[in-house]
Amino acid sequence: MIELSDVHKSFGKVEVLKGITASVEKGEVVCIIGPSGSGKSTILRCINGLESYDRGDIRIDGARVDRNAASIVAIRTQVSMVFQRFNLFPHRTALENVIEGPIYVKKEPRAEALERGRALLARVGLAEKADVHPPQLSGGQQQRVAIARALAMQPKAILFDEPTSALDPELVGDVLGVMRKLADDGMTMVVVTHEMAFAKDVADRVLFIDGGVIVEQGPAKSVLNQPQHARTQDFLRRVLHPL
Amino acid sequence: MQAFWRDTVEFLPILMSGVALTIIVTIGSLLLSTVLGLIWALMRVSGIGVLSGLSAGLINVIRGIPIIVLLFYLYFVMPEFGVTMTALQAAILGLGIAYSAYQAENFRAGIEAIDKGQIEAAQAIGMSWAQTMRRVVLPQAVKIVLPPYGNVMIMMLKDSSQASTITVAELALQGKLIASSTFKNTSVFTLVALMYLTMSIPLILLVRHFEKRAARK
Repeated sequence: MIELSDVHKSFGKVEVLKGITASVEKGEVVCIIGPSGSGKSTILRCINGLESYDRGDIRIDGARVDRNAASIVAIRTQVSMVFQRFNLFPHRTALENVIEGPIYVKKEPRAEALERGRALLARVGLAEKADVHPPQLSGGQQQRVAIARALAMQPKAILFDEPTSALDPELVGDVLGVMRKLADDGMTMVVVTHEMAFAKDVADRVLFIDGGVIVEQGPAKSVLNQPQHARTQDFLRRVLHPL
Repeated sequence: MQAFWRDTVEFLPILMSGVALTIIVTIGSLLLSTVLGLIWALMRVSGIGVLSGLSAGLINVIRGIPIIVLLFYLYFVMPEFGVTMTALQAAILGLGIAYSAYQAENFRAGIEAIDKGQIEAAQAIGMSWAQTMRRVVLPQAVKIVLPPYGNVMIMMLKDSSQASTITVAELALQGKLIASSTFKNTSVFTLVALMYLTMSIPLILLVRHFEKRAARK
């Protein structure tokens, strides 16, 4: 469904992606792990055209991702994104955040969007927060609203960019719980994360990225339990046993 | 003091007719400068080289010309090119253009203060640039922009007096006319000053309200 072939991307003179080739099948959950600055987030941002890429090819169901083409709008409505810092619209209520895309981008009738918006907030456990503005919500609640906002677009896939990294530790579980439910429901997900337990339990596949290349990839349990590559082993040791 | 009250009663009606024009000039040029300033600011942040360059150049040209020269140009020079307008029209147009440069810089600062994540979130749900501005960026920028906008309102109220130089009979010109025909300079100009102050006070309070609201966020 999502296909990257030989994707290169530089910021100025620094090449952050040095030939990424990977694919994500429909219904699959793929976790991308790796040290910070390795290019994980850049991959996600290239997939929905928040960043351009210099060489190679990214395709969503065969359609090429080009952030300067008119087709990018259609692609973005099919591939939603959840950000590390939530990026909810602070001047709109939780419900208004959720229905913004359906009403103003997909031109759905307001009544229909509202009904689905409320159902989605209920699905992430925030039915009673529909009329609250984001600054009055905890980080975990904000991120769940952001997930509902992504779902409201009825996307084919959702990209998660370190969705729990900005959260207090006790709030991480709620967000991961919602994501696990999504995975169980068959949503295609690409998740950049440092939550190894989540990757192990929920992901079908794990990609380990370092220095702009995919160092190792495979079924989640085998990459995380028996990493083959020295760099993967070193990274996992430092993440799992920081002391 | 008694003389002052007598003069007040005598001159106030004439000065009030000037106040009406002062208010018309101020509101007219405020609206025009807001619209133009928003256009310049949006051109500036559009990310399109030609537009933002044009806007930057335009703002510098406008900023570099004194208001009074701009007014003379519109009222005395434009007729030579076949464009004639009334003094009031020229005053509103001139002040509106002059202040659009300051409005634009203020609006741009407000727009650029919005977190980039907001723009990315809007793009990520497929919003166009125009939708992102209208639905996400501008509503949030308003809060940041309002306090300086209030200050511009006060400055425009006072600078509307420059319209007197092209024969708009607003408050300052009415005052000058009365003073030069009665020689009661002290009474007349004290009265004029007090009337400007009276009109400014609500605006000053408004700015304070805006500032408090912005600080709460």
